[in-house]
Amino acid sequence: MISLDIQKIRNDFPILNQQVYNKPLIYFDNGATTQKPQVVIDEELKIYSHENSNIHRGVHYLSEQLTQRYEDARKTVRKFINAKHDHEVIFTSGTTESINTIAFSFGEKYISEGDEIIISTVEHHANIVPWQMLCERKKAILKVIPINDKGELLLDEYQKLISPKTKIVAVNQVSNALGTVNNVKKLIDIAHQQNIPVLIDGAQSIQHGNIDMQELDCDFFVFSGHKIYGPNGIGVLYGKEKLLNEMPPFMTGGEMIKKVTFEKTTFNELPFKFEAGTPNYVGAIGLVAAINYIQNIGLGNIATYEKELLDYATKKLESIDGLKIIGTSQKKVSVISFVLDNIHHYDAGMVIDKMGIAVRTGHHCAEPLMNRFSIEGTIRASFSFYNTKEEIDKLHEALLTVKQMFS
Amino acid sequence: MTLKEQQDEIIEEFSVFDDWMDKYNYLIELSKDLSVIDSKYKTQEYLIEGCQSKVWLFAEMEGDVVKYSADSDAIITKGIAALLVRVLSGQKPADILNNELYFIDKIGLQQNLSPTRSNGLLAMLKQMKLYAMAYNASR
Repeated sequence: MISLDIQKIRNDFPILNQQVYNKPLIYFDNGATTQKPQVVIDEELKIYSHENSNIHRGVHYLSEQLTQRYEDARKTVRKFINAKHDHEVIFTSGTTESINTIAFSFGEKYISEGDEIIISTVEHHANIVPWQMLCERKKAILKVIPINDKGELLLDEYQKLISPKTKIVAVNQVSNALGTVNNVKKLIDIAHQQNIPVLIDGAQSIQHGNIDMQELDCDFFVFSGHKIYGPNGIGVLYGKEKLLNEMPPFMTGGEMIKKVTFEKTTFNELPFKFEAGTPNYVGAIGLVAAINYIQNIGLGNIATYEKELLDYATKKLESIDGLKIIGTSQKKVSVISFVLDNIHHYDAGMVIDKMGIAVRTGHHCAEPLMNRFSIEGTIRASFSFYNTKEEIDKLHEALLTVKQMFS
Repeated sequence: MTLKEQQDEIIEEFSVFDDWMDKYNYLIELSKDLSVIDSKYKTQEYLIEGCQSKVWLFAEMEGDVVKYSADSDAIITKGIAALLVRVLSGQKPADILNNELYFIDKIGLQQNLSPTRSNGLLAMLKQMKLYAMAYNASR
């Protein structure tokens, strides 16, 4: 393992070099969105300055060039997640659109009255509500995998939930609110024994380590570009060819159509079938810049350093009397969610903010999970490879101030 | 005190703070003075739910003025609620409706009443005005 030159890395992220409220910015809200390295910003600027043209349509030079770059982006993503085929990679606006697309399209094809869909207690609202709405439309039943007090999914209970009526399992690989890593490989294997397809929400896992579609063998995998140091408004829906071919389109119009008469429309093939309208080609190409950037640093190196930050922060924060970490599984990414005495997370967040530290407070779009722990919300610090131990020391200091102010 | 005098007094009080922590410490103090809503009104009916914090608001007419009381589960929210109650409580409905509230901006707390900061305070202020409107109409 090579050790990372964090100062050099920080210089790649122009946003980090600033002061807020006259204090150096400490950005610990990476779970919400990650910052962009200069190469990503430059790539988008370059496209708008010199290369912009709508893709797949024009016969002219710019259009052809950019169409090629967009399709190359698909190849890069395919390689990045080690999918089998390029056309199994669909570009969307983000994780939420990816899940909604699958819930609608898969639901149209495969879900009928009395069928069952399994999610888990640690899901983000984006992986709850689309399934809930599908269940309402189709009179299907939503089942939820419970967790233990550490925030870990209960595999025995999961196994009991599976029935001949189960049509799909949709769970996240990493909980956005707790940072706990779910044993999705096991979940997938169990479901596959009954030929049940599995969707993995990778929004909070893809930025923390190598993920391999063929090894995981999940049927769907979704993530957002902006959480992996890429642009906003681009996301990925990976799906196995067979399923995607069988599923109907979700949105219609544009490149996804093969032929239209007023009597009948035939749809284009994969991947275009699921990419209605003008795709976010700038985002897709920007995402490539981000992928190249993190691969250059090395996802293994990133994971190692982030683990170091997590261990350091866990130890440091646990030393604060009255601080309780929510989500204490041994398997976690660099996210710490916690409550502090009886201090309201909003109060804590307001004070921490004024010290120049960005954290997320609240229920993290995971209200059912907060209910499970009988809390209204937490304070969440999520670390990236551009963060430092010195910054964690500052958070520690800030929390001591919070404690002093509100007790 | 008129509504304007109340606001100017608060602006004066806050003018001594040049540090955010001092401001927040003062809000924490103020939160303790808030005429807290009677526990029998601290119910779902009087709850204004924000995404980040909760606010309870109760209003009644006393003579020709409106009396407000409030509470919040977050202390800073409660401190700002205390300021809103201090300015608007004890005023005539017409005055509540016709006077501009400028003190929040002046003391630098406008962030806390922005629609994007879902702490219940903006909804609380709207609710305070709705009460005033209802009392004004029924007079």
